[in-house]
Amino acid sequence: MSAAVLIGVLVAGGVWLVLQRGPLPVVFGFVLLGHAVNVLLLAAGGTDRRGAPFAGRGAPATTADPLPQAFVLTAIVIAFGITVYLLGLVRAERPDEAAPDPGDPDPVDARDGERDDAHRIGGAP
Amino acid sequence: MSPALLVVPVAAPLAAAGVLVLAGRRSPVLVRVVGWGVSALVLAVGAVLLAATVEGQLTTARLGGWPPGIAIVLVADVLSALLLVVTSALVLVSLVFAAATGEDDGSFVPLALVLSTGVYGALLTGDLFNLFVFVEVMLVPSYVLLVAGGGARRLAAGRRYLAVNLLASTLFLAGVGLVYGVTGTVALGELAGAAAAPEVGIAGAVVLVALAVKAAVVPLHSWLPGSYAAAGPAVVVLFSGLLTKVGVYALYRIWSVVFDGDRRWLWLLMAAGVATMVIGVLGAVGERTMRSVLTFHMVSQIGYMVVGLALSTVAGLAAGIFFLVQYVLVKAALLMCAGAVEVTHGTDELARLRGLGRREPALAVAFGLSALALVGVPPLSGFVAKLALLDATLDAGQHVAAGVVVVVSLLTLTSMLKVWNAVFTEAAPEPGGPGAAGPDAGPGQPGVVVAPPATRPRVRPALVAPALLLAILAVGLGIWAEPLLAVADAAARGLVDTTAYVTAVTSS
Repeated sequence: MSAAVLIGVLVAGGVWLVLQRGPLPVVFGFVLLGHAVNVLLLAAGGTDRRGAPFAGRGAPATTADPLPQAFVLTAIVIAFGITVYLLGLVRAERPDEAAPDPGDPDPVDARDGERDDAHRIGGAP
Repeated sequence: MSPALLVVPVAAPLAAAGVLVLAGRRSPVLVRVVGWGVSALVLAVGAVLLAATVEGQLTTARLGGWPPGIAIVLVADVLSALLLVVTSALVLVSLVFAAATGEDDGSFVPLALVLSTGVYGALLTGDLFNLFVFVEVMLVPSYVLLVAGGGARRLAAGRRYLAVNLLASTLFLAGVGLVYGVTGTVALGELAGAAAAPEVGIAGAVVLVALAVKAAVVPLHSWLPGSYAAAGPAVVVLFSGLLTKVGVYALYRIWSVVFDGDRRWLWLLMAAGVATMVIGVLGAVGERTMRSVLTFHMVSQIGYMVVGLALSTVAGLAAGIFFLVQYVLVKAALLMCAGAVEVTHGTDELARLRGLGRREPALAVAFGLSALALVGVPPLSGFVAKLALLDATLDAGQHVAAGVVVVVSLLTLTSMLKVWNAVFTEAAPEPGGPGAAGPDAGPGQPGVVVAPPATRPRVRPALVAPALLLAILAVGLGIWAEPLLAVADAAARGLVDTTAYVTAVTSS
């Protein structure tokens, strides 16, 4: 039950943040959504069994399911890496703060990047 | 068949990518030799696996020696092996093309190898969670490749692409968690037919929706045209043959195994497939560059494959698989033509190109053949694919879908003609000359800047050769279609009757 409430709160917060203007809230929204799914994965293994899942120790009825925990560990690593990269993209795209891009062949592109909505993730091209 | 063979497509490109990151900075030749060599190796392994699986011998590898249900299972059936061959061939061709366009300096080859690892892994895995992991392994290099070369337009496209895929991946993971929660397993073998229970069906549907985003099925397609049109010429060739196709493969696999081709929901898939065909082809009408016309068509072609899946008969699935295979080759050839034009002339905007047909006969032949193959003109490969699909839809009594298949093919023809007319036909080289009449006399129009023909650069042979090779392959697949049709049929039988696949995945 507590897991369900937690997932609900995280998803609600994540969706609200993703719908905000500006790139940073959107990134944080994705972080919250990722956490919600991680909790969901943990809950999928059953939250009532808490024993440490070591072979030969503890009864199978009370030990936690180790498989979803391994899933979550993998998912956290992937989500973390992608989030950092997304933050890097957001940073690289601010024309006033990032270093000028000498490799940009097309000046029209640079003008596109300065439009108001250019900082929005998922905004119109 | 040795199970160790299955590990090669996953391990070899990843190891090679690692080596190249460490040692490749100094020697571009080494990068090319290793990258092309590893892709050719995977192609050979795929061919061996295909030869074995067509005879009904499925290969399974259980990594780490864990018992079924915990072990990482790799399994090759006819569909997996066939797509392994096609995707590795495409990786090889796009690496060659990248060398011609000059894009393969820096980290292109290692990233492409990691991307291909994810693709091969996704094709071979017998487990939902590992499918998620391999799809991520495929996507992470694609984020970097998409923005490679920089520029604000690419950065914006990359951010949009990343955001959509991150959301889809989160949804995918949620679906996997739900499936585990209601069944206690994520092994495809143990999930066979499990979706007959409503709660498993709903959990599986979440996974299918996430995969539909990755495959760019309407109404979840809008991320594709914009982001692909912004990528580099060789990058988009690589993407077109791999990323969405893995989504389509996973849809085929999961629908067939977990849902067992559930007839109650086929109308939904059929509606999505028909909408994808129509909306993709209509979206291409207003596009102004060669590449964006082609990327919109990508959405349309995915619709054909979804229609094949929506029939869920042996004939329908076989037609869909045949379509997928020939489409990967044909689309790559078209995108390479567009890339060759863009690299040589600095633009692929339709309004700024003209009269390339006489100056570039090889390019014109490559583009013409593959465009006609995409449309489905006999005797090219697209004709066989569309005829098979038409046959299957009529057999299943889906007359509306059959009609849409024909109409969309005509619309595809019109937009291919639009590209052909704008880029390849000769129009008034000199103002007032005999060719100046007609509505599309380009160079005379105000605001159109075209250099005089004598000073315009020629497309280098190395840029045309890969596209020409694939175009000739499209002709070959049209005339000698029987072998591939037989293989596609065997793959479709494996999807309709999943017993052999399930036994291979679950047996210890």
